[in-house]
Amino acid sequence: MGIISRGFGGRRREPQPGLPPGQYLTHDFPVLSAGPTPRIPLDKWNFSIVTETGEKHSWNWAEFTALPAEEFTVDIHCVTKWSKFGTTWKGVALDTLFEDVESAADYTMAHSYGGYTTNVPLDDLLDGKAWVVYEFDGEPLHPEHGGPARLIVPHLYFWKSAKWVNGLQMLNDDEPGFWETGGYHMYGDPWREQRYQGD
Amino acid sequence: MMELDGNALAGDLREVFATDMTGAVFTCAGCAHTGVLATLRVWQPAPGLVGRCPHCTDVVLRLVRTPTRVFLTLTGATRLELPLEP
Ligand SMILES: [Zn+2]
Repeated sequence: MGIISRGFGGRRREPQPGLPPGQYLTHDFPVLSAGPTPRIPLDKWNFSIVTETGEKHSWNWAEFTALPAEEFTVDIHCVTKWSKFGTTWKGVALDTLFEDVESAADYTMAHSYGGYTTNVPLDDLLDGKAWVVYEFDGEPLHPEHGGPARLIVPHLYFWKSAKWVNGLQMLNDDEPGFWETGGYHMYGDPWREQRYQGD
Repeated sequence: MMELDGNALAGDLREVFATDMTGAVFTCAGCAHTGVLATLRVWQPAPGLVGRCPHCTDVVLRLVRTPTRVFLTLTGATRLELPLEP
């Protein structure tokens, strides 16, 4: 062992650049699930954006994977306190998906196969801040990690990066999703430690 | 009849919530299935406990612990039924 681990023995860790308050670094990729893992055949897969007026923009798997894709590397932060640096994904930027969407709504609810939901303001999805990804580390995204496709919003706690995502509903008012209803924070900024309602 | 505030519930709620709840009968809001809480399928190392209906897999309850609080969300249950001590 070449490195003496700081903070061993319960002493408070020194702040590490890139690590939000209260988080520790992991090299694993823990799997957290609130239910059974849905298995979605690619020929049944669909992703849609539905505006507040009910206008629907929809992509099947072939259409979706034909869109311009980006490969990017980001740090991710789970509310259960692990962070993982330098994760590499490939997918479609939300900016691309919203190109032809006319909407005046400021909020969205992400919906997933299996019934999971999470709310994210529209501003947090645009300007290169979020993607719908279908590859992790150069491989097709495994169902346990949210495949065929999941949302990635790396600047918010990872529960906002909905696994098995299949759509976004535009909303005029912010509404709580699955964990937000259960006591978690409406916004979830790891740098402000917005873990729970009232934080 | 007179209208009271929630303090009037104190005694009855203490009776409900200070007992072992695993024998309480839930009614699932999704499919109207009834069963004791002990029969829920619980998913655990999630950000909280998620209890799903054994019949339709809808979420019946969520329990989130923080260092200082506990949130119990029961939107998936239309009713809880408990036997009274004789
Ligand atoms: Zn049910």
